[in-house]
Amino acid sequence: MITVEGLTRTYGSFTAVDDVSFACRPGRVTGFLGPNGAGKTTTMRILVGLTPATRGRATIGGHSYHDLRNPGRHVGVLLDASAQHGGRTGREILTLGATAMGLPKTRVDEMLHLVSLSAEESTRRLRHYSLGMKQRLGIAHALLGDPQVLILDEPANGLDPAGIRWMRGLLKGYSDRGGTVLLSSHLLHEVEQIADEMILIGHGRIVAQGDKKSLLESGRQTKQATTTVASLDQDRLAGALRDKGYAVTPGPNALTVACAAVDVGRVAAELQVVLTDLRSVEGGLEDLFLELTSSTQREMPAYQAQGYPPQGPPPGYPQQPPPAGYPGGPR
Amino acid sequence: MSTHAAPPPYSGPPTGPPTGPPSGPPSGPTAAHPAQTLDLSRTATIPLFRLVLVELRKSMNTLASFWLVVGIAILVVMVEGLLLVIVLVESSESTPGDYTVFATYITALALPVLAIMLVTTEWTQRTAMVTFSIEPRRSRVMLAKYLVCLVLTFAAVVLGVLVGFVCALICQVALPAETTWDFQAELIVGFFITQTLAMTLGFALAALLLNTPAAIVVFAVYRALPVAVFAIAASYLDWFADIRPWIDFEYAQGPLYDLSLSSAEEVGRLLVSGLIWLGLPLTFGLLRILRAEVK
Repeated sequence: MITVEGLTRTYGSFTAVDDVSFACRPGRVTGFLGPNGAGKTTTMRILVGLTPATRGRATIGGHSYHDLRNPGRHVGVLLDASAQHGGRTGREILTLGATAMGLPKTRVDEMLHLVSLSAEESTRRLRHYSLGMKQRLGIAHALLGDPQVLILDEPANGLDPAGIRWMRGLLKGYSDRGGTVLLSSHLLHEVEQIADEMILIGHGRIVAQGDKKSLLESGRQTKQATTTVASLDQDRLAGALRDKGYAVTPGPNALTVACAAVDVGRVAAELQVVLTDLRSVEGGLEDLFLELTSSTQREMPAYQAQGYPPQGPPPGYPQQPPPAGYPGGPR
Repeated sequence: MSTHAAPPPYSGPPTGPPTGPPSGPPSGPTAAHPAQTLDLSRTATIPLFRLVLVELRKSMNTLASFWLVVGIAILVVMVEGLLLVIVLVESSESTPGDYTVFATYITALALPVLAIMLVTTEWTQRTAMVTFSIEPRRSRVMLAKYLVCLVLTFAAVVLGVLVGFVCALICQVALPAETTWDFQAELIVGFFITQTLAMTLGFALAALLLNTPAAIVVFAVYRALPVAVFAIAASYLDWFADIRPWIDFEYAQGPLYDLSLSSAEEVGRLLVSGLIWLGLPLTFGLLRILRAEVK
């Protein structure tokens, strides 16, 4: 539904978006994930025609955004919830949108109800809104025209935990009904919980994309698995694991073993030691995310400070060609 | 969606030239996935009148613009009231046009500010992101905004005439002998034309500067300073006095105020000076907005 092909945007010598290609499909929530300044917002602005692309093409449903006759009826956009006139009331902002899109006024009340903004709140001026309320209003504005596609930049920003859960349910229901969602975030946990597909971007380039499982699998290949285990007989288990050639570091509550959880489980089964806790500490997507985008991170990832592998640049992740089938990809 | 080819999972850095056929495009409309494209056939283009309606609403629905309009209204009522009291106490002669002129002069000061704010607030309040998301053809939005300027000017003139007639009616009742009803329509038409030019200038400067205070200040300077400079220059330099009518827009507008514009030379002066003082900023301003990156 959303197709981005070889998109590049440069500012002088700085390349904000560098040859980005991806696709978002109906019925799926696609998470656009990357640290601040990675190029997420620029890519989304190009999608909506607010920023011209230096090279490449972005289409929504086969059309360039500029060619949509009444875009609000097809594509819901929320790029910045604060980009509204502070002197207008929430209701007035929605009314302006509904008027332009040619919607009945009842739609405004429906949307206010949907995002749980009360009648009293809707008559307050935007400058008195909290960030969370602005986000709710922005989501209401994006959904006004009953669009088939949603493009949301950091929609969870400023929402409280209950609000984030609410939005997750809203977007899940929306995509289950066949809607296409592209949302960005710099917070992995947010995206991890909502998104079916993920696009990891760092330094303007896509460093990895796919669903959560395939991303984790790709990450696993590059790194030694680590497992923590607790059992009723730690000493015997540690000894057996060492005999197998695994490095074991005893801790106060658990052993840390440099192998996959399944290997630990197998050894324990052989010894008939009762396990009380067994978990894989590969850090899930977070490590992968930090690793893939480490060249753009402003802070040192915590695991580097602890001497946790890998050190230095991640092995061979600096760039990824567009997946097969995309223009510019392998033929 | 399950039959759909997922983008291949990331499988490490490329190790050499790709081998084998591609696994097939991940997207593209097929019979099984009709929802991959947007069907625009049942969606109509946003009609211009609706854009004008929205922009008209925007011109008055913020705190600043609302109080500006209210302020103008209060000022008009106060000035006209004062004028009426003076006329009634002094038993002076008066016509509806006398009152209309005052009302229109007051609105003439504030209307360009409204026009400026209509353009600049899109950028200072960053609403351009929303406005141009709803209608990506920016030229249509700008046209709608300009039409709003014309509507506001027209409304100000109509209200001014109305005020004039109401005041004259009061005088008619109180001082029947002193009140005459010969209304100089050409003055009003002339005012509408010159006011439209002033609105256009405000609009152009707003588009060029995209900043409310800067546009208002430059607008005020723009209208006052060249006139003074030209007048002084013309009084000292004979050769300048000859070309002044061609480059002094205010001077060239002179015949417009009472609709006495007749000779081809006067029209030519208006066009040439208008091109310099109005055409250039308007062109550059619009180009800037049409091309600018909206953040």
